[in-house]
Amino acid sequence: MNPLRKDSLIKLIACVFAIIGIFIAFIKPLAFSIRQGLDLQGGTHVVLEAEDTDIAKVNDDAMNRVITIMEKRVNALGLTEPIIQREGERRVIIELPGVKDPDAAIQTIGKTAMLEFKDEEGNTVLTGTDLKDAQAATNQQNGQNVVNLEFTEEGAKKFADLTTKNVGRTIAILLDGEVLTAPNVREPILGGKAEISGQKTLEEAQNLAVVLRSGALPVKVNIIETRTVGPSLGQDSKDKSEFAFAVGIGAVLIFMLLFYRLSGFIADVALMAYTIMLLALLYLLDATLTLPGVAGIILSIGMAVDANVLIFEHFKEEYQIQGKTLRLAMDSGFKRAFTTIFDSNVTTIIAAGVLFFLGTGTIRGFAITLGLGTILSMFTAITLSQYLLKLMIKARISENPGSYGATGFMLWKKEDLKHE
Amino acid sequence: MNKFNLAGHRNWFFLLSLLIILSGLFCMVTRGFNFGIDFTGGTIIDLKFDHPVTIAEVRTSLAKYSLEGSTIQLSGTQSDVTASEDVMIRAVDMEENQRKEVMAALQEDVGHYTVLREEKVGATIGGELITNAVLALLVSWALIILYVAYRFEWRFGVSAVLALVHDILIVLSVFSLTQRQIDSSFVAALLTIVGYSINDTIVIFDRIRENLKLHFRRGGDVDRLVNTSIFQTLTRSLYTVFTVLFTTFSLYFFGGDTTKDFAFALLVGFSVGCYSSIFIASPLWIVFRGLGGGKEHGKPETAH
Repeated sequence: MNPLRKDSLIKLIACVFAIIGIFIAFIKPLAFSIRQGLDLQGGTHVVLEAEDTDIAKVNDDAMNRVITIMEKRVNALGLTEPIIQREGERRVIIELPGVKDPDAAIQTIGKTAMLEFKDEEGNTVLTGTDLKDAQAATNQQNGQNVVNLEFTEEGAKKFADLTTKNVGRTIAILLDGEVLTAPNVREPILGGKAEISGQKTLEEAQNLAVVLRSGALPVKVNIIETRTVGPSLGQDSKDKSEFAFAVGIGAVLIFMLLFYRLSGFIADVALMAYTIMLLALLYLLDATLTLPGVAGIILSIGMAVDANVLIFEHFKEEYQIQGKTLRLAMDSGFKRAFTTIFDSNVTTIIAAGVLFFLGTGTIRGFAITLGLGTILSMFTAITLSQYLLKLMIKARISENPGSYGATGFMLWKKEDLKHE
Repeated sequence: MNKFNLAGHRNWFFLLSLLIILSGLFCMVTRGFNFGIDFTGGTIIDLKFDHPVTIAEVRTSLAKYSLEGSTIQLSGTQSDVTASEDVMIRAVDMEENQRKEVMAALQEDVGHYTVLREEKVGATIGGELITNAVLALLVSWALIILYVAYRFEWRFGVSAVLALVHDILIVLSVFSLTQRQIDSSFVAALLTIVGYSINDTIVIFDRIRENLKLHFRRGGDVDRLVNTSIFQTLTRSLYTVFTVLFTTFSLYFFGGDTTKDFAFALLVGFSVGCYSSIFIASPLWIVFRGLGGGKEHGKPETAH
């Protein structure tokens, strides 16, 4: 065996084993470590929309404050990877993966949380801004669930003033215009502390404490969309999509092997490398994988296969029609396939780019997987596939051109090229 | 050459597509689409009861809240079940509190359940989704025409985009005819189809461009040139569409209920995308070339 051939053979075997090894070892852990959308893992998705009112108009500043407050409220729910992001001018998207009690969470999030203390005449004396802290507790004496309030220095003065003036009368504590409690003032309270009673459960008291601590929203906010996928359905979708995906990819790998033999095998190896790189890239970019995202991946795998098919078809053509040697046929096959791959993929990338910049939410996720996938598949085809295929031909694994897929059937002959 | 004269029969293909699209449009006007709550707004509650329940039980419970007009579906494994554990309720857009009350009532009247899925969408969102998607499509088409006009020539660009419009119209027609549900993932499916179809078309155009440059003389037979180009790329077109259909078929058959309609849209779209690249896009290019007197205005790519 001549040294060049031996060298190529060793390199080829090393590359193939390395790629297959990495694929088998990392495909599962990598696929599982990519953040999954709520449609796949279960959870609650909430869309809030701020509304202009006479009191407050929606602007950037208000929206930023809404997001800060939402972060506080959501963090209090203690979930692993919540997402809070602004969408467009006046919307906020909140994703709560694995939330146990979606209804309570939605209610906590959606509260404007405007706290008011009113005297009997209906004058507002204190508001939420006078609060320093709010904590839920169970009153030891009567077993009631309460929220203990602590006022700021100024708030404490106002509260002392309010209770002093209203001894023997009722004051009202309101949240978002609804009376939480209306206690009778027996004596002036000077210590800067108060208690809201009337919560049915401790959990309810805790949720109230969270919204009071996080402060009132600067604008009116409506919940315009909520979606909850239960953990069992999410798991079911995930398992089924995974299985479907594995079967589909398996069929593609076998197909390539049957039609292009050794070349097909190399293409399969390149496809494995491609899949690992795409997943790694999505992981590094902290992308969220949703069902439309999966569609983007399906299509991009199609594109990756397509690039190889284009190369092999040109290779067959150069070998059968032009009568070139295997090595020269592979060289010019690549050259000729390159412009085709380039132009066809650029148009797809243009479409993906437009969707990325104009789309929102899931459409964006789809555009990311499709766009990145297409760029990456182009890269894999013109570097890795090319390198491996050329090694394979140099290594002369087989003397039979058919083993390289060069003799596969073609639908046309050389004479067809004359158009006179 | 005894091969089928594809380009010569182009009017038949145009007619076939036109008939499908026209019947689709007729259906869109008369029956419309089966829009999901993403577009209409509303509430979907998907429950799994501990024991099989009947539609009547659920409806009686919903009637307390005047929601007896809601769509109630049993999603059992058998098709003729009268009772099932899995129940899907589609109702109007409810307030948060009302939904909670309804769900508590179901628990009391019908039985204990676990929530599989719960969705509530305000009516305003669907319209925006369509506007955004249409805007994105129009912009991407304009850019594709520009790019193809720059790399090839404008007639290729216009033909390619018309083929995309054709694909979308056919997929919409099929969804109107079959009354399958259209939700936000359908929009993603349409966009995927566009991504596939444009790619597929450009590969054939690329071959036509190459043959124009290398093997075509002025006044030659354009039909024959297109036929040859299509046959030269046909194996590739078929292999590629097979590979994308493998994965999509697999998703359709083995994927969950939530992905069924989505995979169906992709199946139709990929098939139509492949068809249009061969039978619509390239023949359209011949038509435009004939109209614009392209034979006389030798493009840089055309060798003399």
